[in-house]
Parts: sequence; structure tokens; C-alpha cells
Amino acid sequence: MRFQAWKIFSILIVLSIGIIFSLPNIFPPDPSVQITTASAGDGFSNKFLDDLKDLSKKTDIDTLSFEKTGKSILIRTNSYQDQILLKDYLQKELNENFVVALNLAANTPDWLKALNAKPMKLGLDLRGGVNFLMEVDTELLLQTKLESTASVIRNSLRDERVKMNFIEIEENKILVSLVDDEKTEIFNGIVNDLGNLDIDLDQNLVYELSFSDEEIDETIDYAVLQNLTTLRNRVNELGVSEPVVQREGRKRISVQLPGIQDTAEAKKIIGKTANLEFRLEAKDNSLASRVESFPYRGLKTRLEKKVIISGDRVSDASVGFDENGFPQVNISLDSDGGAQMHRATRNNVGTRMAVLFVERKTLSDVDSGINSIKNFYDKRIISLATIQSALANQFRITGLDSPAEASELALLLRAGALAAPMNFVEEGTIGPSLGADNIRLGINSLILGLSLVLVFMIFYYKVFGFIANLAVLLNLILIASIMSILSATLTLPGIAGIVLTIGMAVDANVLIFSRIREELKRKLKPLEAITSGYNRAFITIVDANLTTLIVALILYIVGTGPIQGFAITLSVGILTSMFTAILFTRMLVFFIYARRRNIEKIWI
Amino acid sequence: MNIQFMKFRKLALTLSFALLLISIVSLVFKNLELGLDFTGGVLVEIQLKENLEDLEQIRGLLDEKNIDNYVLNFSGSQNDVSIKIPGGADSSNAESLKIVLEENYEFDLRKEEFIGPQIGEELRDQGGLGLLLALLIMAVYIMFRFQYKFAVGAIFALVHDVLIVVGMFSLFSIDFDLTVLAAVLAVIGYSLNDTIVVSDRIRENFRKKRRSETIALIDRSLTQMLGRTLITSLTTLLVLFALLIFGGDAIQNFSIALIIGVVAGTYSSIYIVCNTLISMNITADDLAIKKSERFDDGMP
Repeated sequence: MRFQAWKIFSILIVLSIGIIFSLPNIFPPDPSVQITTASAGDGFSNKFLDDLKDLSKKTDIDTLSFEKTGKSILIRTNSYQDQILLKDYLQKELNENFVVALNLAANTPDWLKALNAKPMKLGLDLRGGVNFLMEVDTELLLQTKLESTASVIRNSLRDERVKMNFIEIEENKILVSLVDDEKTEIFNGIVNDLGNLDIDLDQNLVYELSFSDEEIDETIDYAVLQNLTTLRNRVNELGVSEPVVQREGRKRISVQLPGIQDTAEAKKIIGKTANLEFRLEAKDNSLASRVESFPYRGLKTRLEKKVIISGDRVSDASVGFDENGFPQVNISLDSDGGAQMHRATRNNVGTRMAVLFVERKTLSDVDSGINSIKNFYDKRIISLATIQSALANQFRITGLDSPAEASELALLLRAGALAAPMNFVEEGTIGPSLGADNIRLGINSLILGLSLVLVFMIFYYKVFGFIANLAVLLNLILIASIMSILSATLTLPGIAGIVLTIGMAVDANVLIFSRIREELKRKLKPLEAITSGYNRAFITIVDANLTTLIVALILYIVGTGPIQGFAITLSVGILTSMFTAILFTRMLVFFIYARRRNIEKIWI
Repeated sequence: MNIQFMKFRKLALTLSFALLLISIVSLVFKNLELGLDFTGGVLVEIQLKENLEDLEQIRGLLDEKNIDNYVLNFSGSQNDVSIKIPGGADSSNAESLKIVLEENYEFDLRKEEFIGPQIGEELRDQGGLGLLLALLIMAVYIMFRFQYKFAVGAIFALVHDVLIVVGMFSLFSIDFDLTVLAAVLAVIGYSLNDTIVVSDRIRENFRKKRRSETIALIDRSLTQMLGRTLITSLTTLLVLFALLIFGGDAIQNFSIALIIGVVAGTYSSIYIVCNTLISMNITADDLAIKKSERFDDGMP
């Protein structure tokens, strides 16, 4: 029986890496509350720290420690439930100059931190929290793009003095009919300058313009990326620890907020698919097709359909009060937006400009079945004011109902408007008590399943069963370390995957051991039986595990959320179990038996 | 001494057909109780501060607010209540549900979920696609590693196992949700594992003794593998029962699917695969090592 030194060496390396990187999981982070102050620079006094301690003592929430770090104070608690209670309590007690946020205070020892070893993250189902899945409304996005393109073409034709019969939007096309066919060249020039528009001429000499597929893909891509940034900004305003905002698929964004409990509150900030539109009031001679009416203070107000700029041009927004003490929002535009605003307003001094608040809402009709959800836009004029002079980068919106409305509007504008409207297609809340239950249940079943298997293996395979058990335990350590290195998230289905892997991980050892028993029955000498057992079982093990791995990969590709969590732990488990069952146990068997000569009997 | 597994192959075949028939009939006429993941809709789970006798009071409240089409029941104990509105609900339904409940009870919100209809639809497609893809890739893999007769046997076994798991879920009206789908795919992995281990031994024995009779040879292979098959199934079932009993509601159905699947998978790797091999007249020639391989063999 031989076992090369380099194999032993590499097994030991994998072993030590596995142990080191799984270690941080023994030191899970403390759920904690972080307090920072808006009036930065001066930090916190010791007196404030003492006040805070007294304040916390008034509740029956246990705190572990109070730490002053730079400009913030960190209060560690025992559980995610306590953390939320404490946060809510302190938020109520402290005035609005303080920001109270949830945090996770690391407990990893410094030498592990130096190696960049981190504990596994817990999924929402284990920690409690809120998740949203949002989808960009591509249809509306493209409709808006068509409208703005049509208006550019209309303006350019007018500038070139090309007369047209009509320009209108039908389905996904812009239809243009020119009065004078000889102006075709100018028209083509204008369209070509815009790029990425396909031109068709039908038998009635009407031009049909439509976006190319690449242009559509790019538009959607840009909108999703833009929204991703916006949503990240908004999430940061919420003050949660370890939020996840990521793209999912072509047009979806998934948002996970651990620790948050109030869906409605979170949705208000994150989900507000609100935007602003600045539009001019329609003139009396404006074409009916370019005008839209909205009620404003009981009167029907006609506005141009053309949008001067929308909220995504806003670079900063803050709340203030006007001369009469009414709330107002001060707005700064980026240079593009400023230029557009200037162009639109310089010739319209004296006309009124409206600020439209556009909010996306869903309306459902349960009776008429599954696909009856309709999205609609709630557009209302929040301010209608006469343009006093040409506007530029800085201006203000007045006429808001309340300071609360003003500050919400400012926040939304500041955090960025969404580049494209989004719908909530999925949302979920897991209460902290359910999360705690899930952890407890998951770990209990893991321990129970594990011990049943361990006892059974020793009973059935004796010394070899003990070796197999060491392999199973090492397998767990390796799974934990790989999950930590990948910074994968552990979820309940993930735990189920690990438990399942334990059951299946012994299969490889069982294959080997039963083969060794067979070889012994064929009167092979113990050492020969061991060698032959390992060699012959090897191919079977690889075949069997490879196919399961393929299934796990399909699960990962096809599945979402919970299924992916299961697939990750299953694939990691299959790989590590092959390593431990084939290489690690063989090394142990080698250490136990190889040095002894004339072994008559092995305990299997 | 060999156990004569194949003596009972006709009986086994009858049993399989009966089970498959029940499954298919149930699937056609009774349908699957699809979970929220696939239908879309709203789910609210709460834990009340006090126990309830029954759910009539809550039912009355919901009816009063004209919320209809809901499924209301206890989840676990007398104070755990779950309310589900499948289908075309929207997220505001969850809000209004919560508000109605908050006005009348004191409770801990355990779980709240809204899944849009388009998500459910996509998942159904993706789930079906995943199953088909898994079957297809497996077939190609086995054809490549073994021989097409084994691939046919393996596919029969997989379809058999999946149909029985899904059929039982339909028959007993157990919720079929996303985690159960994951379990069904895991069943494919497990059953295939078993099938390959058994096929591997059959192949080995065919290559060893060319003159042996097919049925006797299969019986011998199965007898040799019996210990391993039983132990692996047993350890897997041990942990699955641990999950079922202690894993809580969230993975209960997952465990049930896998338990049915593991039993079916163990059985099908013996009877479905071998029955297929016998009826396709598998012979030693099918598995003869190709010439090029034989030269490298080095055996005397």
C-alpha cells in the first residue's frame, strides 16, 4: 500500500485552509445598533455615552457593550430581536439629529481578519428582514423613448423648414408623412443622426421608424443599471446593515434588507417609483394631440405633453421655507438639465410651468383572474407657478402641502429618481421570531441527522466507520469554509442541502467499504483488499457524484433565491465529500494500517 | 448465493404501473396543489398572543372587508394562523389584511409574502425546463459513459420517480412549492446516483463472465450491491426524517418529497432499470470493451 508524500502534503494544506476559513463562523457577529450624529466633526462626549446607557437600562433589553468608535457609538445586543427593539426605542427617544441604524458588529479575532476570513452571511429567512423584487416596465420605457424621439424629429424638421402631414406614434413605431417627397434626403439625414433607428417606407409613402433590437436592449440595460444606482442610494438612506441590491436577470432588481420589519416604511422610500416632470402650461393654440389635462386646485389645467426635464436631472434637493413660511424644495440641476431648462423657459417668461408628481400604482382586479393587474400612473400637479425669468441650474418648487411632503420629495429627488418606472413583482417579510426559529430548527435537525449517521456508521463499519465519521465532520468544516470564502449566503434550504449532503456523503465511503468487504470475502489479504477496494470504487464514485453535480448546476442556473441556496450547498457538498471520502479516508487508513506487517484482520 | 430479484420483476412491473396510473390519474383530474411560488398571490402568517378556538371570527372579519378567495388555516398550533390569497392579488392586499388583523388582534408577524403573477408563470416554465434539461443531460451522460440501453433504463427510472413524487403530492393535496421542486430535482440526482452504481456493477460483471445468463448475472450484481444500496438509502432516510421532524414547517414538504423520492429511487434502480435492460435484451456484446481499450487493458 502506497500513499505519496505529495498527496499527504496537499491534503494537509486543504485541511488547514478549511479549518482556518471556517473558524470565523465560531465567532458570529453581534446584532448591534449604531448611532451617528448629523452634526459631525465633534464626535460623542462621554456624558452622552452615559446618558445612552441610562436610557437603555430603562428598557428590559439586554445590551452587551457600548463602544465609542470615531464618530459613532456601537451598542451590541444578544439577538436580532433585541436589536430591532432597541433601535426602535432609541429612534423614538433621540432627536432627529441622530441617525440610528442596524449594524452587525464583527467578533472575528484580528489574526483571522488579517487573513480576510469572514463568517458566512445569514439569509433573510434566518435573520428576518424584507425583500423586494422589482421589474423595469420596459413597455413604458420604450414608449417614453419613442415620444421623446418623435419630438426631436418634429423640432428638427421644423428647423429645416420641412413640412409634414403628420408625425405620430403607433404601437412601437413613429409614423411620419412628409408633404414634399423631395425633402426625403433631409429627413433621412435627421434620422441617421439619431442613430439606431430603422426606416421603412410603406406603400402610402409613410415612413415607419422603429428602434433596432440592439438599441432596445441598450436602453433597457441602461435603465436597469441607472435604477440600480438609484436604489442603492435610497437603501443607504434607510440605514440597514448588509443590504443587498443586485440585478437579477435582464430587467429585474432584487433588494434585500435584513433586520427591517416594516415593509410599508421601506417601500415608501425604496419603492417609490415616483418621479417629477417639469412641463409648460399649454398655449391656447396648441394642438389637442400634444396637450394633456390635469385637475389642479379644482380647475382643469392643460399642460404640454412634452417634458422639459424629469427628476433624473436633479443633482441636489433640500427643504426650505419661502417668504410666507410655506415649505419649499430647493433644487439644483446638472448642467444638461440646466441648459434644457434655460432653453425651454427663456422664451416662455410669463407662461406657467407645472411640476408634475408622477407615481406608479398598481390596481388589481381579483375577480377577473390572474393577469388582471394593471399598472397606472397617478400624476398630479404639485405646483403651478409663473416663470418669472429664464430658469437655470438653481430654482425652487413651492406650493407643497406640508413640511413632511417637502422633505419626502427632497429625499426622493436627492436619492435620485428612477430612470425607468418599476413594478414590485415580489415582496416578502420574515419576522425576527420566525428567523430565530428557522436557525434553531435548522441546527437541531443538522445535529440530529449528523449524530444518527455517525452512530450508525460506527456500529456498522467499526474502525472504518470511525474513519468515515471523521471524513463527514471534515466535510462539514470544508463546506463552511468554502461558503465563507465565496461569501455565499446561508439559507434554510441551504442548511437542508448540507443535511442532505451528510446523508449522501457517506455513500462514497459505503461504496469503498462494501467493496473492501467483498474483496476480503474473495480471500484477498487485508492490505490488498483495501487497495483494491479504493481503486475499484473510485470510478463508480466519480460517475455517481458527477451526475448529481450536474443536477445541482442545473438547479443553480434555472432556480432563483432559495433554490440557488440549496444548489450551492449541494454542489459544494458533493465536491468536498468526494475529496474527504476518497483522499482523506485513504490517508487515514494508510496511517493506521500501512506500517503494520502481517495484518490478519481489519475491523470493518 | 444470490437473491433472485428478477423472479419478482413482473410483480414489480405491475406495482409500478399501478402507482404510475394512480399518479397520472390524480395529476390529470385532481391537479397539483401549486404553492404561492407558482400561482402568485399573497400570504400572511401571524402568531397570535392567545390561542383561538377556531377561525370563524377571523373568517367573519375577512368576509366583512369583502376579501374573498382566501385560504385560512392554522399553521402548527392554535395560535399560528396563515392566510393565503392565491392568484391575482397585489401587494396592497397584504397590507389591508394586516390592517384588518391589527385592528382586532395582538400578534407577531411571522411572514408576509407577495408574489406577482408573472413570477409564478415564469417559475412554472423554468421548473419544467429544468426538469427536462436535467433528464436530457443525464441521458447523454449515461449514453456516453455506458450504453444507450442503460440510458433508456435510467430515463425510465427517473421519469418513474418524478411522476410518483409529483403524483403523491397531487393525491394527498400537499402544497407543491419552489422548495419541493428543488427536492424533486434532488431526487433526480439521488435516483441517478443509485442507478449508476447498480449499472456500473452490472457492466463490470458482464465484462467479467461472458457466458453467464443475463438474469442470473443481474441477480448476482444486485445481490452484491444490496448492502451498499440499503445502507446509503438508510443513512439518507435517517437525515431526511430528522429534517422532517425537526426542520419545521418551511422544509416539511421538502423532506416528504425527498423521502418518497429516495424510496422510489432505490426501488427503481433495481426494478425499473433492470427490467428495461432485460426487455431490451442486453448482452455481453453490448458492453464489450472496444478493441482499442482491450489492448491497453493489460489483463492476461
